[in-house]
Amino acid sequence: MAETPLLDVRNLQTHFRTPDGINRAVDGLSFHVNAGETVAIVGESGCGKSVTSMSILRLIPEPPGKIAGEIVFNGRDLLKLSDKEMRAIRGNDVSMIFQEPMTSLNPVLTVGRQIGETLRLHQGLNAQQAEAKAVEMLKLVGIPAPERRVKEYPHQLSGGMRQRVMIAMALACNPKLLIADEPTTALDVTIQAQILDLMRDLKHRVGAAIVLITHDLGVVAEVAERVIVMYAGRKVEEAPVKELFNDPKHPYTQGLLGAVPKLGSSLDGSTERLAEIPGLVPSLKQRIDGCVFAGRCPKVTDLCRAVAPALEPKAPNHVAACHYAEKELLAA
Amino acid sequence: MFAYAIRRIVATIPVMAVVALFVFSLLYISPGDPAAVIAGDQATPQDVERIRASLGLDRPYLVRFGEWVWNIVRGDLGTSIFTNLPVSTMIAQRIEPTLSLMVITLFLAIGIAVPMGVVAAWKQGTWIDRAVMGFAVLGFSVPVFVVGYLLAYVFALELDWLPVQGYTPFSRGMWPWFQNLILPAVALGGVYIALIARITRATMLEVLQQDYIRTARAKGVGQSGILFLHALKNAAVPIVTVVGIGVALLIGGAVVTESVFAIPGLGRLTVDAILRRDYPVIQGVILLFSFVYVLVNLLIDLLYTLFDPRIRY
Repeated sequence: MAETPLLDVRNLQTHFRTPDGINRAVDGLSFHVNAGETVAIVGESGCGKSVTSMSILRLIPEPPGKIAGEIVFNGRDLLKLSDKEMRAIRGNDVSMIFQEPMTSLNPVLTVGRQIGETLRLHQGLNAQQAEAKAVEMLKLVGIPAPERRVKEYPHQLSGGMRQRVMIAMALACNPKLLIADEPTTALDVTIQAQILDLMRDLKHRVGAAIVLITHDLGVVAEVAERVIVMYAGRKVEEAPVKELFNDPKHPYTQGLLGAVPKLGSSLDGSTERLAEIPGLVPSLKQRIDGCVFAGRCPKVTDLCRAVAPALEPKAPNHVAACHYAEKELLAA
Repeated sequence: MFAYAIRRIVATIPVMAVVALFVFSLLYISPGDPAAVIAGDQATPQDVERIRASLGLDRPYLVRFGEWVWNIVRGDLGTSIFTNLPVSTMIAQRIEPTLSLMVITLFLAIGIAVPMGVVAAWKQGTWIDRAVMGFAVLGFSVPVFVVGYLLAYVFALELDWLPVQGYTPFSRGMWPWFQNLILPAVALGGVYIALIARITRATMLEVLQQDYIRTARAKGVGQSGILFLHALKNAAVPIVTVVGIGVALLIGGAVVTESVFAIPGLGRLTVDAILRRDYPVIQGVILLFSFVYVLVNLLIDLLYTLFDPRIRY
């Protein structure tokens, strides 16, 4: 831990007030991202991973939302900034790519205008310079005939191209941190691979750190360096990507990995069903005293239902929140 | 798009034909007799009959309708029964005040209603939103003549800021012209403002939920940029549509407003012509109004392409 992390999230709590109680979408999440690093946050739908990403840029509408804790980016707590200071960071130092390329671009503005807008806002370019830079960005993300495309509207582009435009938009101001919220989920598999390659390639060129939000473990294995597993608004495990895939400590992570189909498994005659995790994510409206995963855990005991396990190191650089995860002797 | 416009203009011909038939038939079956009005109280039935014959009103329905339509096709709207002036001349004399009133009301209403609706949507649920919506209900429910007299009483009689009534032609200077039209335009615009403000608010609320608004926020776009560029341009099509539909409100309201504020426009001309059963004038004015309405809505359809690139004709 010699270097200061680029992003340090401490005890993040994002709660929503609803008519029937407070929804604790994110409850006490802490993690950090170093400069240039790719960190994946994985979990099922509703585990709070998208809310986490929106919280970092303070895109949660308040009220009904409420963000507490600390989000230290580059030495400044984003939660303490004024709206104006926050706007200067959005799209400039920290930018974001969303899940739905079909609906995330404004249908009535040209692609060039939308890419150029960030440049005009943050770098003070005039309209012509912004458009020239937009063409350059489109070329960078591999869109053919960028001079023509820059004047087109989103409906004239395919889904994959729109996601490329989103990436061009996000990278236009050379951000230090890129938050990608399920960037490939809505795309065809072949396009997914292209977009992932593109993100990996650009990451090296631009040198941005990436927070990748996904439920797709295949994507995680391909691009991430470190993985955070979230469940019911909390972090249940964190480890370098290889370590996590080889030796998952938390029963939830084990379940997630077991639910991934293996290539060829349907061909070799085995009738083995794909493993699933029974049950549903618990309601986030009640406070849970014990382990959040107790209701679905195959190894559950009375201890789990009564006492919440702390996040403890189980191996070097590997933490998990489980009473029963085996602890390996920590080196040194 | 040009071909589309031409096609649409040609398509107005059957519409206008139906309107013509409808107006003519309505007047034909409605009670009242211009000959009796001209002849006066002392006239004998023979006098009335003679006048009716001289006006050609004793001929059969189809003959009269055919003659009227044939004249219109040749560009002749007919001659007033009372003034003996060509209807087109009478319309030309009266068109400026009405056109001025409608144009000013249109701009005033859009200029007030759209920002009102946008702010109400932005501040949804706050007292600002409730005030705008309350105002909209008021605008819908209070009739033009009540607002008109109220405005004239407060701003003209009591405060003496603006003229009570009348009209000053544009040729006599922009300010006198405008001064005379402020109160009528506000009175006439009430319903229109309410209509546009409500649709603006509703559409903006929907647009502000969209993913691309979140994208714009994530890019660091400020609140005004979000509202007036990213959201409003997407909300423009429904707003422009009610602006077009609302022109019908303006035409109807102009008749009342011109009476309240004694403006010598087409509305007054229509009312006078109806009272005197001056058939050619009534028919001519109504035909003109419907033509304007159809044309405005064509213009609106063409405007769509300006706001939404996905619409192509």
